[in-house]
Amino acid sequence: MKPAAFDYARPATRREAIELLAGAQGEARVLAGGQSLMAVLNMRLAEPALVIDITGIDELHYIEERDGALCVGAATRQAELAAHPGLAERVPLVAQALPWVGHFQTRNRGTVCGSVAHADPSAELPLCLATLGGEVVLEGRRGRPRVVPAASFFQGVLTTDRAPGELITEVRFPLAQAQTQYRFTEVAMRHGDFAIVALAAAIRGEQVDLGVGGVADRPVVRTLPAGDGLDEALNEFAWALGAEDDAHATAAYRRTLVRELGRQLITEARPC
Amino acid sequence: MLKIEANDSHRVTLTLNGRERSGNARPRTLLSDFLRHELGATGTHVGCEHGVCGACTVRVDGVASRACLMLAVQADGRRVDTVEGLAGDDGPLSDLQAAFRRHHALQCGFCTAGILNSCADFLGRERDPSEAQVRDMLSGHLCRCTGYTGIVRAVLEVAAQRREQRQEERDDV
Repeated sequence: MKPAAFDYARPATRREAIELLAGAQGEARVLAGGQSLMAVLNMRLAEPALVIDITGIDELHYIEERDGALCVGAATRQAELAAHPGLAERVPLVAQALPWVGHFQTRNRGTVCGSVAHADPSAELPLCLATLGGEVVLEGRRGRPRVVPAASFFQGVLTTDRAPGELITEVRFPLAQAQTQYRFTEVAMRHGDFAIVALAAAIRGEQVDLGVGGVADRPVVRTLPAGDGLDEALNEFAWALGAEDDAHATAAYRRTLVRELGRQLITEARPC
Repeated sequence: MLKIEANDSHRVTLTLNGRERSGNARPRTLLSDFLRHELGATGTHVGCEHGVCGACTVRVDGVASRACLMLAVQADGRRVDTVEGLAGDDGPLSDLQAAFRRHHALQCGFCTAGILNSCADFLGRERDPSEAQVRDMLSGHLCRCTGYTGIVRAVLEVAAQRREQRQEERDDV
């Protein structure tokens, strides 16, 4: 299908974009890479009055280290982050997850912040952000930028803490910690499809922060024992996610994946 | 700041396969439709129109992208390369196209234009790709005829040929 008619604006600065967004009173959508939004527009799942294209805003196009985090601007594409020198050492979880995000062709255009803004429950980058305890920076017309922890930013299926007049300007992935191992894996029908279950883990000593995507309505993170008691903790976590049957997989299969893949991911990372 | 009203026609000028071309687009006009209906470049095929099938993949400033997930107005001033540009006017097939033919890497051909564009970008970046890397790149395309085996062979063969060619050129100096 084709999108319904909309006005189009391509601001040159962050300030212009925020003014437009605030003035549109919830009737505008922000277009960055377009790899989720354009599909939504084509299928007419959304019919905004105004589309604000932020790809021309140079000041939102950056990857930089600041205060113990890798900060990624809203115009930065997934392929650019994947090619960022040293990513595998600085934020290994994201380096492992990026090849699972869509396909070569969609990573070329899709943005990091766009994936976070879209908040698909099975998306990889929101899962990484939640597992690492990262942050989202939101800017509105008034006041200082709002820095929201991932744990409270993701609120449900395609639902976030962003107010209609706010622009996501940056996401912050905490840098790798010493003595911590990072692992990512997922199961999908075909590589690049939406994950049936995606798992991200930060393992340090006897503890693991395990993030699960694709099961609940948002990425969910829990701290589990990495050694003794792991199986029971995984089973409890799998049930707590409230898996449901859908066209892609049964709830029971999703719980099995959380238990089995979770154990593999964690035990293979730990030294024997 | 550029602003275009929903019903206004905007003049879009881009470099299509090396030639400057212009046409009119409303904000909601997809790049895929602009290429086909406004510029008459029907080599770019349209399948699912939500970024899954890969048939409409073109190269924008050299980078493989879905034409159905881009607005025509976003391509204004950019270089767009499509399947029509691979061989040149009535020229011989490009090495990639010839390899596709040799390896039966197409049957109905609907998906082929998009796949060739992805491969052109991919092989420019990956000079010595593994089969796994080629298959990963191809996971962004749906082909219902070939089972992909012939496509993988063709891409790996072209990569090897180009490496050899570069080696010969170096030895020649």
